[in-house]
Amino acid sequence: MNHDAYDDTYIRSILNSVKTIAMVGASPVNVRPSYFAFKYLAERGYDMIPVNPGHVGKSLVGKPFVASLKDIGRPIDMIDIFRNSSHIMPVVDEALTLSPLPKVIWMQLGARDDAAAAKAEAAGLKVVMNRCPKIEYGRLSSEISWMGVNSRTLSSKRAPMPTHGQRLSLNRMSVGGGSTLAADRAAKDKLDPA
Amino acid sequence: MTDNSPGFATLAIHAGAQPDPTTGARTTPIYQTTSFVFNDADHAASLFGLQAFGNIYTRIGNPTNAVLEERVAALEGGTAALAVASGHAAQVVVLQQLLKPGDEFVAARKLYGGSINQFTHAFKSFGWNVAWADPDEPETFERAVTPRTKAIFIESIANPSGSITDIEAVAAVARKAGVPLIVDNTLASPYLIRPIEHGADIVVHSLTKFLAGHGNSLGGIIVDAGTFDWSKDGKYPMLSEPRPEYHGIKLQETFGNFAFAIACRVLGLRDLGPALSPFNAFMILTGIETLPLRMQKHCENSKAIAEWLSTHPAVAAVNYAGLANNKYNQLARKYAPKGAGAVFTFSLKGGYDAGVNLVSKLKLFSHLANVGDTRSLVIHPASTTHSQLDDAAKTKAGAGPDIVRLSIGIEDKEDLIADLDQAMS
Ligand SMILES: Cc1ncc(COP(=O)(O)O)c(C=O)c1O
Repeated sequence: MNHDAYDDTYIRSILNSVKTIAMVGASPVNVRPSYFAFKYLAERGYDMIPVNPGHVGKSLVGKPFVASLKDIGRPIDMIDIFRNSSHIMPVVDEALTLSPLPKVIWMQLGARDDAAAAKAEAAGLKVVMNRCPKIEYGRLSSEISWMGVNSRTLSSKRAPMPTHGQRLSLNRMSVGGGSTLAADRAAKDKLDPA
Repeated sequence: MTDNSPGFATLAIHAGAQPDPTTGARTTPIYQTTSFVFNDADHAASLFGLQAFGNIYTRIGNPTNAVLEERVAALEGGTAALAVASGHAAQVVVLQQLLKPGDEFVAARKLYGGSINQFTHAFKSFGWNVAWADPDEPETFERAVTPRTKAIFIESIANPSGSITDIEAVAAVARKAGVPLIVDNTLASPYLIRPIEHGADIVVHSLTKFLAGHGNSLGGIIVDAGTFDWSKDGKYPMLSEPRPEYHGIKLQETFGNFAFAIACRVLGLRDLGPALSPFNAFMILTGIETLPLRMQKHCENSKAIAEWLSTHPAVAAVNYAGLANNKYNQLARKYAPKGAGAVFTFSLKGGYDAGVNLVSKLKLFSHLANVGDTRSLVIHPASTTHSQLDDAAKTKAGAGPDIVRLSIGIEDKEDLIADLDQAMS
């Protein structure tokens, strides 16, 4: 897997297939990016579980916090890691002890750990790094274009009607659109200053 | 067409637009409305808190304008864009995100006269201080940088002189200074030059010109390249620090590589208010569909007319970068290989009076203060757009007393040459 540039089909197949998402590092503070993403994904019908040992006893949009992945007690499809790059490996190690194994490890915008990714991929998991699932969902469904964002997709098909709390709009038929090569290069340079 | 990189003409027609989900309308509808209903109180709260994507009020965003924004972002290779009421509004909104009172920015001396006025007078009253540099000598930008410098501003093809700026050389200065490079790409349009590929961090346009192309609508746009790290040294608190306007969210942390476009929208457009009318957005979008075809014809006509003028006995000099002997021809070949644009100047041996006389005798060229129309346009900058500058500054801006500026349209070039010929004889 080329972790510098993901195919839309790869991202779409992940967002279309996962149902249960554990968000590690979720924050109950409503101005944190993890809060925005958690709420957005919950509204799109994903079964969201907030994981943060510092907030056990509280809940995030009605979902109670758990201290660790082990405490979830039911199968999870995807782990969305809202921690910076240096804290990724322990989370992946813990994820790989779960049974059944999760299907996807997703590292948030700004986070990347190639060694952790390789370990997860060797165990058969799919990995996405340095992306936000909310932004990717918004981009592929074209919801995000409401904010003038380059979705990098084109389509001559009528979009499915946006349906509150359902994932229909993610199946918009599209081809690749305007690229953002300069931004991709800048992101790579920032993560790998050499 | 490959799946990941459709060509420019395909993007000019399709980017941002898809059939309307409700009606199936194929062209982009004009959402001529001030406001949009919320699903419920919770939806309203998440929209206002920037937690959900969606429409609230046309001063913040509008679905017709959003198509225009995505279209231009795609054409420029940026991550996102924000459309505003005019090119000048785009410049104010951009600098408001970057400068605090007492801060500075370095700008090329060769700029549209209105921009020189805006920077010198209006921005001074905000406490934003401009330092001028010579775009023909990129090292003058480096010399003008101080610890208070927050941005560098240039035009890709300068108005009125038609000179080409060495964008990569100025981008290197900006990178070294740790400040973003803003490029006004109005005169080139992304068809001729894509500044982001040469190191620009922000691109602005007056959409009023070639992008719209028809001279019937004002508009401006800001494109975020997604390349600048706003949080590395605390110099750009609008993007890196908790915003009190939004309960303490940090925009770069939340929106990643399109945070600058979001800042312009939610801190600039929302509070300063220069919103683009959805009707104008529709007119401009319609224009953009034919941008590649028009630019080809604009450049073909311009080259023919510049060559013809060079041989005319009343003409002292023709400043068109597309001519092989022009000072900027080397830069034109590098940055604008498809053509050196359609705005350029020439000087008349008869000086100021000959300029005024020419303008009054033309029958097909329109005498007015715009560029980038389908129609050919002419102006005598010294007595109009640049009249507020003193003689030395006029000459430095490429608008000396003997200079006439043309904006070549897409009529038949033979008719344009005949009109110039009769007016100069
Ligand atoms: C290069 C350039 N930038 C900016 C502007 C300002 O644009 P507007 O008139 O849309 O405010 C103009 C207008 O002539 C221009 O030529």
